[in-house]
Amino acid sequence: MRISLFITCFNDTLFPETGKAMVRLLERLGHTVDFPFEQTCCGQMHYNTGYQEEAIPLVRKFIDVFGDAEYIVAPSASCVAMIHEFYPKVAERSGDAQLAKEVEEIIPKVYELSQFLVDELGIEDVGAYYPHKVTFHPTCHSIRMLHVGDAPLKLLRKVKGLELEELPGALECCGFGGTFAVKNADTSMAMLSDKMKNIESTGAKACTSIDNSCLMHIGGGLSRKGSDTKAVHLAEILASTEENQ
Amino acid sequence: MSRQTPTFQETADAYLNNTQLRENLGHATHTIRDKRADIVGEMPDWEHLREAGNKLKKRVMRHLDSYLLQLEASVQEAGGHVHWARDAEEANDIITGLVKQQQVDEVVKVKSITTDEIKLNEALKKEGIQALETDLAELIVQLAEDEPSHILVPAIHKNRKEIRDLFREKLNNKELTDRPEDLAEAARLYLRKKFLSAKVGISGANFGVADTGTIAVVESEGNGRMCTTLPETLITVMGIEKLIPTWQDFEVFMQLLPRSSTAERMNPYNSFWTGVTPGDGPQEFHLVLLDNGRTNVLADEVGRQTLNCIRCSACLNVCPVYERTGGHAYHSVYPGPIGAILTPQLKGIEDDGAASLPYASSLCGACYEVCPVKIDIPKVLVHLRGKIVDEKKRNGSLKAKLDPEHVGLKLMAQAFKNSKRYERAQKLAQTGQNIFVKDGKISSLPGYLSGWSAMRDLKPIPKETFREWWRNRNE
Ligand code: SF4
Repeated sequence: MRISLFITCFNDTLFPETGKAMVRLLERLGHTVDFPFEQTCCGQMHYNTGYQEEAIPLVRKFIDVFGDAEYIVAPSASCVAMIHEFYPKVAERSGDAQLAKEVEEIIPKVYELSQFLVDELGIEDVGAYYPHKVTFHPTCHSIRMLHVGDAPLKLLRKVKGLELEELPGALECCGFGGTFAVKNADTSMAMLSDKMKNIESTGAKACTSIDNSCLMHIGGGLSRKGSDTKAVHLAEILASTEENQ
Repeated sequence: MSRQTPTFQETADAYLNNTQLRENLGHATHTIRDKRADIVGEMPDWEHLREAGNKLKKRVMRHLDSYLLQLEASVQEAGGHVHWARDAEEANDIITGLVKQQQVDEVVKVKSITTDEIKLNEALKKEGIQALETDLAELIVQLAEDEPSHILVPAIHKNRKEIRDLFREKLNNKELTDRPEDLAEAARLYLRKKFLSAKVGISGANFGVADTGTIAVVESEGNGRMCTTLPETLITVMGIEKLIPTWQDFEVFMQLLPRSSTAERMNPYNSFWTGVTPGDGPQEFHLVLLDNGRTNVLADEVGRQTLNCIRCSACLNVCPVYERTGGHAYHSVYPGPIGAILTPQLKGIEDDGAASLPYASSLCGACYEVCPVKIDIPKVLVHLRGKIVDEKKRNGSLKAKLDPEHVGLKLMAQAFKNSKRYERAQKLAQTGQNIFVKDGKISSLPGYLSGWSAMRDLKPIPKETFREWWRNRNE
């Protein structure tokens, strides 16, 4: 299967390890991965902050870059949710009927990684090995917008050596929220401190998730606290094997 | 932009530091949140009910003009009087005029946010009329000369000890304990006398039924029942969006509302009245229909769904932001997620405070998930943010246009349009960050980004981007 990787600007720039892990994982599973160079950003940050006009060229760009792809897979639930939920709105705003049509056609081809593996490929055991205690934070956009359900948990349960600890108050927001984390920094931190308390109560070595944006926020807080727990993207856990531990 | 109310950001910080408040609120919201989840979980057809509630309200909004006329006719036919108020001032004039006609200087009130919205108590006071709040929580707020902080539990920010101290002082009851029963009893004794002597009662409305002219108020304490039955004259203030088409539609709303609001299968007191009934209850009934910005909301296709709200407060109780800041940070009688979308639409986004509200959300979507009439609050929040930015681009001051967020997002939008430019920006950021990196992390950032680094570290941008790695790998 030929899979086009939508790395997202955030992961490209700040978390390249997640992208590399995805490539390793998908190739290990026997797929061909391709990375269209022209890609940049999905436009989520602009759209959600109110810069909706600015999102129009980015939607056009996404269509130009990925229009011919068979499967488009991204390691970020919130970027995929942006495409599924808001691209039609952006297209509508542009007043360009052709764009609206192309958006409609591309949406069913865009997947978040865990959803792609479990729902589309039907795999839960990807042959990973990760001998650590791990807890999983289901991000709000993955649950309430993209509806990935327990796909990530299904994958984690099959990872050899991994001890999965249930996260108390899992469904509560971590407080990231994009520009919210900066605009309303104190409120965001009040939310994060409760999330961190819950994470640390599990005794996990790693808190994982399917969005590096929330993980950057959680990991940044844990690091400032001097905590032993690290924030790790799910792709990196799934890419780990006995050989590359 | 003109400045009338302080912004959410400015106020929230003070409340976040109030640990007592955060404890009271955290405890209260989590308790009701869990109870709601249990009682909603009993209903196998809950999603269908939500869908039905949403559809009914949508229909009301589509044909609001004709439903309102139908309501006016049915109320009049049942012996009531109908008044139309364009804004708060008109409504207050109508109501004070009606009270003055009765030659009284005291009225009893049922809890009503709509009357708080128009600041009715203040308007009455100016005319020498004392409005007595009879809902326990509203009474607490009134005695404390405080502001409500929750739609349903206006005194949610106060705990038992604080209430006991207040009653000891204001109700002159020095021996009072902080047992809930004793507190309620103290309020009951104080209020009972007032009920029996009041000539005029004022209420809000949960629903107004277009085809029968019936008004409904649901409540837990029974004070509303007394206010709406004992006085000779009853004045009800109702926002024009509170309509439902037919009596039969109660089947849907009387299931949705109590389960979502107080986590009960049914409210203890459900009062319905249709005009006047000779020899029974108030002999004079006035219905004041209030617009006060609602028709502007109706005109916005995305924002319109805000008017579906039945004020259950479920969205407040699940909101992680509200839970931490409390209601006062929203500077409106409508706090929490519903307030964040309703206030800016009613007040207008020219007000700095109102325009800060759509940003008082992490867009987690917990509110939408529980809303019994399926208002897609996150979508409306994002829609309003769009309007705020469009307005800023059109009419913003130079200062607003030099705001780092504005400049930053504009620049990034340019870079993202073209992958070459985007790569150059990546390189620039990699070099630019060097002065901030210490011991392998960034712990302090200037200006706009200082909010991030005050309590969170940042991992430095790696030397090699993903695309560089990919390029090298495939060369
Ligand atoms: S917006 Fe929905 S959940 Fe919030 S108070 Fe209104 S009806 Fe209830």
